[in-house]
Amino acid sequence: MEPFIRHTGIVAPFDRTNVDTDLIIPKQFLKSVQRSGFGVNLFDQLRYLDEGQPGMDVATRRLNPDFVLNQPRYQNATILLTRANFGCGSSREHAPWALLDFGFKVILAPSFADIFFNNCFKNGILPITLPDQEIDRLFTEVAGNEGFTMEVDLEGEQLTTSMGKTLTFSVEPYRKHCLLQGLDDIGLTLQRAEHIRAYEERRRRECPWLFQDLNSA
Amino acid sequence: MAGKTLYDKLWHSHVVEERADGTALIYIDRHLIHEVTSPQAFEGIRLTGRKIWRPAAGIATPDHNVPTQPKERAAGSDGIQDPLSKLQVETLDRNCQDYGITEFNMSDRRQGIVHIIGPEQGITQPGMTIVCGDSHTSTHGAFAALAQGIGTSEVEHVLTTQCLIQKKARNMLVNVDGELPRGVTAKDIILYIIGQIGTSGGTGCTIEFGGSTVRKLSMEGRMTICNMAIEAGARSGLVAVDDTTIDYLRDRPYVPQGQLWSQAEQYWRTMYSDNDAAFDKVVSIQAASIAPQVTWGTSPEMVAAVDGQIPCMDMMANEQQRESLRLALDYMGLAEGQPIGEIHLDRVFIGSCTNGRIEDLRRAAAVVKGKKIASTLKQALVVPGSGLVREQAEREGLNTIFTDAGFEWREPGCSMCLAMNADKLGEKEHCASTSNRNFEGRQGYGGRTHLVSPEMAAAAAITGHFVDIRDWS
Ligand code: SF4
Repeated sequence: MEPFIRHTGIVAPFDRTNVDTDLIIPKQFLKSVQRSGFGVNLFDQLRYLDEGQPGMDVATRRLNPDFVLNQPRYQNATILLTRANFGCGSSREHAPWALLDFGFKVILAPSFADIFFNNCFKNGILPITLPDQEIDRLFTEVAGNEGFTMEVDLEGEQLTTSMGKTLTFSVEPYRKHCLLQGLDDIGLTLQRAEHIRAYEERRRRECPWLFQDLNSA
Repeated sequence: MAGKTLYDKLWHSHVVEERADGTALIYIDRHLIHEVTSPQAFEGIRLTGRKIWRPAAGIATPDHNVPTQPKERAAGSDGIQDPLSKLQVETLDRNCQDYGITEFNMSDRRQGIVHIIGPEQGITQPGMTIVCGDSHTSTHGAFAALAQGIGTSEVEHVLTTQCLIQKKARNMLVNVDGELPRGVTAKDIILYIIGQIGTSGGTGCTIEFGGSTVRKLSMEGRMTICNMAIEAGARSGLVAVDDTTIDYLRDRPYVPQGQLWSQAEQYWRTMYSDNDAAFDKVVSIQAASIAPQVTWGTSPEMVAAVDGQIPCMDMMANEQQRESLRLALDYMGLAEGQPIGEIHLDRVFIGSCTNGRIEDLRRAAAVVKGKKIASTLKQALVVPGSGLVREQAEREGLNTIFTDAGFEWREPGCSMCLAMNADKLGEKEHCASTSNRNFEGRQGYGGRTHLVSPEMAAAAAITGHFVDIRDWS
């Protein structure tokens, strides 16, 4: 995973609550056995006027001119500003993969769904929770200022808008550590292998049925 | 000192180690695997050359992509027409073979939706931690197991370490008390709860469902409720162990035998919240106030009683809510204030991990028996949750009741719950569905889903629009 330390980018507003993972990346694209290539189908149902299928040449598809990410001013946006409960629904990690593949590195919302929030960190995306009023204000500022950008400093837990305003946010220490270092947490957990084995031994004595072999029945 | 909640007990018994930053390494007892969220995890393992920590703790089955047409199914995975789906199913077969993980493959009569087969086989047991790369893993919480959906990176993490890194969630209790009105089911209870607390009402929490109504529910009903805990934002739902739980488990293929059973049963019976346990959030609901529920919008919280109406703009508290209502009505092709009974249907789907168990099919069949589906319907599907549910239903003659009425009787799988296979809605078609999500495009591009109980779906299939099952005869 790429380390995330500091990021500056264009902010795109997506003014909608309860954006679910089916909306972020529709199921027909989940048939892929790869981790990449989902960006062209991010928000597929909203972004295009026709029904998307895997393998389609997107150059031949009709873009929905009303969808915010299709507006010229938000091309190359890397920070997504959105509303409450973003990422609700399924556990599909294809959702953060699609956001990342499209170019998003930071997502700002008043709240996120748990599994999605977690999945973001595993892929080097920083989801930032801000109070409702701050989000409201940002929506107004982004709409009113073409080329609105933001600098996100993870180390300092601070973001600065191109209007010169500074906001603070907080990230759980372990998640922050992994993002800053670009750490693969499997490697970290495997360093604790002894402890896992010790737990297993104790547990096997207390509750032997838990270790029944599912390969044999 | 205050007692412990069921969730506290499950959590503490699985902590391998706590870290200074408040996270913990949690041990995972069972890992359920399916074809959609696992290929990239196995790929990661191949690339890093890591080992699977405990292959015998996992069990796999293909469910999301599999065709449900008996013709297509006869040939196993070779019969899958869609090359991408076929590749995904075959990738699962190969990964399970390569890494020594038991799989109920497409030709196995035990194949089915992963959340149906876990309980059915007795793989799901009280006191366990269970994960699956699927958000509806919350289903297994009906057995007082800490069951949660995880992403693909976490699937890889569990495969290679048998652990998850987590922070403890908060404790939430939803009590449902009293006698359920006739025709009102577990599905209506959970839809009603989501209508009350909203789709993020349980975010950051583990929800325990209690109260006299829940205690009286069958395991099937409890699974329906826990299944949709995620729709209320909670990663896990829970119901305490009682005789109903133990009776359900007895004699299932994977439960412990003999002396080990007695030892396990004793342990399982400690899986409840202590009387003096403290919850961070408590919600109380009277069963008598629940009517059969129908969702009218594009989020499970957009739900109304069958004899009610779609809300109006002037009932909304703020502009954001008005905008959500506008978007939903626009997508659904419905109007504010419209009575639910006026919603006309194009298709009906009975199945999914919410309502694809034998009891669900029995109750739907009882409504349908001797009647015919409305001539205005394009299709009415019954998709059993597993091969064994299908066999059982056939032994009881339910399949004939359905097919005589004009339903199609299919092979097990997720089917039209998420429409990854050929079973899907056309644009603008309205569907009465016993599944769990009414998101835009969920059941097919431009499709319009209404979530209901099996009884309500069955009655709607007969009349072609929603009717109050409480008046059904
Ligand atoms: S039946 Fe639906 S909700 Fe359940 S696992 Fe399958 S796709 Fe997911």
